Formats: sequence, C-alpha cells, structure tokens
Amino acid sequence: MSLIMPEPDAGVLARRGEIVRALRAIVPGEGVIEDTDALRPYESDGLTAYRQPPMVVVLPDTTEQVSAILAWCHAQGVKVVPRGSGTSLSGGALPLADAVLVGMAKFNRVLDIDYDDRLAVVQPGVTNLAVTHAVEDRGFYYAPDPSSQIACSIGGNVAENSGGVHCLKYGLTTNNVLGVELVLMDGEVIRLGGRQLDPAGLDMLGAVVGSEGLLGIVTEVTVRILPKPEGARALLIGFPSVEGAGKCVADVIAAGIIPAGMEMMDRLAIHAAEAFVEVGYPLDVEALLIVELDGVVAECDHLIERVADIARANGSTTLRLSNDEAERVAFWAGRKAAFPAVGRVSPDYYCMDGTIPRRRLPEVLERMRELSDQYGLGVANVFHAGDGNLHPLILYDANKPGELDRAEAFGNDILRLCVAVGGVLTGEHGVGVEKRDLMPVMFSETDLKQQQRLKCAFDPKLLLNPGKVFPTLHRCAELGRMHVHHGAVPFPELPRF
Amino acid sequence: MVTAMALRPTSVDDLVEAVITAQRSGYALAIGGGLSKTGVGRETPDAVPLDMTGFAGIIDYDPAELVLTVGAGTPLSQIETLVQAEGQALAFDPFDHGPIYGQPAGRATIGGVVAAGVAGSRRLSAGSARDHLLGFRAVSGRGEALLAGARVVKNVTGYDLPKLAAGSWGRLFAMTELTLKVLPQPPIRATRAVAGLGAEQAVAMMAAAMGSPAEVVAAAHVPADLHGGVALTAVQVRGFGPAVRAKGALLDGLLSAYGSVAALDEHEADLFWGSLRTLAPLDRGRPLWRVNVPPSKGSMVVSNLRPHGAQWLFDWAGGLVWLTFEGDPALVRAAAAQAGGHASLVRGPMSLRAEVPAFHPAPAGVAALETRIRRAFDPMGIFETGRFGDRA
Repeated sequence: MSLIMPEPDAGVLARRGEIVRALRAIVPGEGVIEDTDALRPYESDGLTAYRQPPMVVVLPDTTEQVSAILAWCHAQGVKVVPRGSGTSLSGGALPLADAVLVGMAKFNRVLDIDYDDRLAVVQPGVTNLAVTHAVEDRGFYYAPDPSSQIACSIGGNVAENSGGVHCLKYGLTTNNVLGVELVLMDGEVIRLGGRQLDPAGLDMLGAVVGSEGLLGIVTEVTVRILPKPEGARALLIGFPSVEGAGKCVADVIAAGIIPAGMEMMDRLAIHAAEAFVEVGYPLDVEALLIVELDGVVAECDHLIERVADIARANGSTTLRLSNDEAERVAFWAGRKAAFPAVGRVSPDYYCMDGTIPRRRLPEVLERMRELSDQYGLGVANVFHAGDGNLHPLILYDANKPGELDRAEAFGNDILRLCVAVGGVLTGEHGVGVEKRDLMPVMFSETDLKQQQRLKCAFDPKLLLNPGKVFPTLHRCAELGRMHVHHGAVPFPELPRF
Repeated sequence: MVTAMALRPTSVDDLVEAVITAQRSGYALAIGGGLSKTGVGRETPDAVPLDMTGFAGIIDYDPAELVLTVGAGTPLSQIETLVQAEGQALAFDPFDHGPIYGQPAGRATIGGVVAAGVAGSRRLSAGSARDHLLGFRAVSGRGEALLAGARVVKNVTGYDLPKLAAGSWGRLFAMTELTLKVLPQPPIRATRAVAGLGAEQAVAMMAAAMGSPAEVVAAAHVPADLHGGVALTAVQVRGFGPAVRAKGALLDGLLSAYGSVAALDEHEADLFWGSLRTLAPLDRGRPLWRVNVPPSKGSMVVSNLRPHGAQWLFDWAGGLVWLTFEGDPALVRAAAAQAGGHASLVRGPMSLRAEVPAFHPAPAGVAALETRIRRAFDPMGIFETGRFGDRA
C-alpha cells in the first residue's frame, strides 16, 4: 500500500483512556466502542484496499451529542473522522489511528415529509433508498440513485455529492438538497439553506455538499422529492464498435433528447454481466448501450422510437425495446450487477471514476487497452455515457505479489489520461485518500491552497478528516499569509488599461 | 478619493495587477459588467469600478458535450443567440435585471447573471446558475489567478467552488471565464391557466400541478388587481409534440378541480411569462422586494403584507414572491422570516438602500462563517465595497 497518512500524534494515542472516558460522558452506554474486535468493522469503507482501525468509535444519536463531541475534540486537539454507512469508494471514511470515528448510523429517522413543498427532512443516517420508500406511496421519489442506494446514507451522499445512473437528467445530490443542519468542528450548530429554493447569502450549502466530511458533520438534511414519472421505457442496443455506440450517444443528445439514463458497457463487462445474471445481453458486440426514457407515457413511446431510429442509423446490430416493466428491469439487471459480475471473473477489482469529454471516448478506450497490455491487467468498462463518467474496473489478484501496486499504478495512469483529454479525476466517487495525491494533476498549487483556505474558514485547526482530498496539509496561519503589505505604497501610480 | 478612475483589464495579468494595486493603495474594487444590477445595494462612491467587459467572447462551445465556455463579460444576449442557433439553451433560465429598472433587456453579462445567482420562472424545475456553473477562472482578492471546477458536466473533484461563485455578487473574486452547462431546448411549450383564484387557491393549484407527473416547468400567479381585474394562475410544460399534448391533457383533468382550465395561445402565454421577467405589472415607482420562501408559504407572506399596502405576484409556484411595498421594510423581513424564508431589497430610492441592507441578515453564526469564507478569498476586503453593508 503506497498511501501515506498523517503521522499519528503520540500524545493523543497516549491519552486514549481519557478520550474514551470523555466520549462516554457525552454518549452513554453502547455508544462508545473501544474493544479491538468491535472496532474492526470500521477499519475501512468501500475502498477496502486501505485499512486502519480507528482509535475509538462513537455513535451519537442527537445533534447535541455531535456538538459536544466535536467541541471536546476541538478543545483537546483530537482529530475526528465522520462516517455514514461506510460505502465510500474513495476512502473518505478511512479511519486514522489517532482520530475519533464519529458514526452517524443512529441518525436514522425521517423527520418530516411535505408533499406541498415536495421535500423530505431526514436524518443523515437514513439510507438513500429509504427516502424513496418513505414517499413512494404518494407517488414521489428521491432522484439521485447511486448503485449503493440500498445501503448508502443520505449524510454520506451529501459528503460525496453522489450521483447515479439518473443524474444526467435529474442531477447529483447537490441539485437535490435544499438545506442541512451542520455541526462545525468547534461544536457550533448552524443551518444552511432551508425549505426554499435560493440561499439568503453565499451558497455555503453548495460548498458543504461534496466536501467529503472536511467542513462539518451534517445532522439533518432537507431533500427535494419529485413526482414519479408516469412511465419509463428502455432500449438495449448492441454495436459492433465503441465508436458506433459513442456516435449514437452524441446523436441522441443532438436530437434534443435527454434520456433519464444512458449507460454503456464494453465487451468484457457485457460478458461478465451476462454470465452472472443471464438476461440475454448480446455477446457478439463490442459495446452495449442501455437508454432509458421516462416521462408521460406518450413521451416515452415517442422518444423510444426516435432513439431506435438513431441507433439503426449508427449501425446497431442488436436493438430491443422494452414493452413492459419486467423487460425494462431485465435490461438494467446486468448493468446494475456489473460490479459484482466482474468480481466473479477476477479475484479483485479496482473501480475507477474519471470523467472525460464524450468525444474523446474512442481514443481513451484505445489508450486504456495499451495500458492494460503494459501492466498485464485486464480492464472492464462501464460508462455513464450521457455525461462522460467512466468506471474502468481494473482486474487484479491481491494475493499475487505486486498486483495491487500495479493496479493502483494503472488506475493512476487512467486518471491522468482523463485529465489530459480535458476531463477530471472523479465524476462521482470523490477524491478521499484514493485520488488525493493526484490532485496536482488537475489543480495548481495556488488552486489547491485556495481550496484549503475554504477549509480553514470551517475548521482552522484542521482536525476534521485530515489526510483526505489534499496531498499536502498546510497550516491555516501559513495559508493566510499575504505578501503584500497594506499601504506599503502610499500613492502608487494608478494603472489604466 | 479615486472616483474618477475606472479600470478595464483585458487580460488576467492586467486584472492581477489591478487587484495588487488596489491592495497597496487601500481602495476597493466594484466589479461590474453590463451594469444592469447597480440598483441593488448601497451606493459605493469610494470604490473603483472594475469593468469586466474586456473579458468577453466565446471560448469553447461543443453542443454535443452540453458545455459552453465563455468570457465572464460576454453579453447574455450574445450567448442566447449562439446556443439558440444550435437548438439549445443555458441549462438554467437566466434572469436579466435590466427591465425591472426600466432598462432594456440584453445589457446583462453572463458573469453578472451568474454572480447574482438568480434565475427566472423555470428555476423551479431547471435549477439556478448555481446548479449549472461547472467551472470558472477568476482572480481572487489575494491577487491570484484561480481555476475551479472543470469543463465537463459531471465532476466532484475538490470543493465545489462554483457554488460559492454563483450568488457571490462579486465579493470573493473577479471571474474572468465561466463554463456552463447547456441543454437542448424542448421544441414545443404549452401553458394551462385558471382565472379568478385567490392567493391560497393559486398556491394549492400550483402545488397540485407540481406534484403531478406532468413535469411542469414553471408555475406563476398574477392577482386580479395587476391583471386587468381577473387573476391568472398558469403552469407551463415543455417537450416534443406528443409529450406536450399528453401533459396538457393531464393538466386539463387535474386542474379542473380549481376552475375552468384554459389553454393560452402563444401570444397570451408570451405576454404572461414575459410579465414575470419584466415585472411590468408591478408599480415601477415603488420599492421592489424579492421574497424567497417554501412555495406553500407564499400566501402567508402576502396575507401578512397586503393589509399594509403590498402589491405582489407569485413565481416558482409561490416560492418566489415579488412585491412592491412602501411601508416599514422590517415588516417584509419579518413576514419572510415567519414563512421560513428571506427577503432581498432589489429596487428602491438611494436613501432606502442606504438604510436597509439588500440581503436578509443571517443568524450570527452563519454570518460569521460567511465573513470567514470571504476572508479566505479576499483577506483584505478588496471586493468589499460597502454595497452590502459589509464595510459599514
């Protein structure tokens, strides 16, 4: 493992007993976990290549407790790592040896549902899918749908700005959150946003969403809920080349159609998925597209025919249109099972998450094939084709010496490639620890320092989730320094442009 | 006093120099573009105008990628012409402040529209500038050239600084380049309307429409006294022909519970939705407030303020109350707060704007955090002109 985390503070480690007692005074009973075996489930999140048992876990169930925990840790200089359901794929909830892990799982209640204002107020430990379950009997749903939605929490979604297959049309978490209650590292409780659409001043809510647990701990979330579309239909389209599939995607958008979802899989992913779920994916194609249209029934029926025409014009060799709900679900079954399916054909896989301009897809896939040969590791691709978000799955065997390191190096090369063609390091999984050291590929030192100054405005002691997102930890006092002295030049010659 | 001076940089280097010179000289810079929004906030006689129209032009536009990169000083009208030619539109519904001050539309620059963080009637369904600003380049109050976000539609790398940029009103940095999401423009639109509803019924009707599968994109209400004696509550749908027909039929059935449902013809619809952009029905001589509340609370705001002489209309299904009001400004702020929202003073005589801050005062903890964030980008307050009370 090549990851280097901040050096644990020996002084804090030596005070573990005192820290546990202080936490027990705030959260009584079972809410503080210090036993070695009981800490083990918390040693990693969804990025299991990195593991570190936390110093201690605390499971508060009120905002007051969260506030008291953070205030105490702040006063004592103890680091804190927040955790939702632990499904992050970038190591955002990876514990630190000298930090208190604050688990938010007990915040699991839906507090209010308002159908007139089309919103739900939930605690952060409520799972993504539970929001939809709470409102679906009235014909509503919560739109962002990360693949882990059965397990991932809304608080974690806020931290990571999670997406999903439907975010092409319905946006990421940030577009679907109206307000939060947030506890700052010094224990102060504030509310950002609310139940109205626009913020009153600076959009600090927008900065908190996607901040990967570095700015505060969210204790309540107000999300928008949407009326369920009247209908949804999908197409399953096979192409003899990736270029054809890519052209089809571009032509669908050029025709003015924004599908609810538009997913692509490459040959290896198709074969793995079909072997796993046997839903009739064609095995003689290089690329498979799933395009879903939703809306009023007449719209679905109209658009599905137009997409079918576009597919034919781009040389599709397989073209199936869903005629009922069971068929639509079957089209998706392979895609939704793509990750575990790849897990069956390889002992381990490493899931990447770059975004590229869609037009660069053929060359990126070609270069990935070359890298695959170079590293001697296979790669399967699933792709949110509509918005250019790639999920290459690198196949490796952690039990073979050196393969994990090779997989990481391969993954880093893929992400550098994404940035080189005009894309980004992460489209929806977050930076966490995984892409932390690649941040300079995308941002200059000036840009990164400016982002860290935002962190300083929320957490000047850098106690909340340190070692994540930023490759270098600068002290806030150092970042605040200005090299221009106010009034140093009393009457300068005024510039004119 | 440096009031006679105005700066119009045309390169990032020039802009950096302007900021550093301001730091050394101890004056503030008042960022401006089309100057369509100078009626918001206090007068700033001591600040040096920083004219951003030198950063104009289309930098990159690839319709298939749904991404547009432009200079911040590019006129909104130029951008709209460009994307319309490709059958597209900005992904949010930009709001041009000009007409509410009696100026012609089209003077606003994209930088100003984004910095104001405002959107028109379709904000309800399409989101605002904050939802579709993908990336930007800027020069901070530290005098450093910055890059944030990216030129792709899906990105979570690093903090989402574009969210702070949209709605910053020029108080963090001077933006030079913006990357925005664009979307195909649905070819057909239709408007269904019910006449004669009061505020509460109108809000209920709009909530019913928004809660239906008709994918309503906009919902607004103009009361009788501003609409020739007959109130009109209208909702808009968009899409391809078959979809719009089906959505219209769905609404005809659903809304009949509130009265006789009319399909507005294109001219009537343009007039109605146009009036929500210009606010022409509201008396231009009176102070104008923009009240942002949960949609169901819009009627509570007007029932509190109507006895005091407020004129009003609803956009965003009741979530945006535009009102003109000559009474005590504290009443407007109290009504907005009671409804769980906030009120901005958008237009008024100089004397009123000198007394009453443009933005709704935040609770102490939130205000303190906001100040720390402004300091993070602009430690010396180069972009704090006093316009929003930040130097008072």
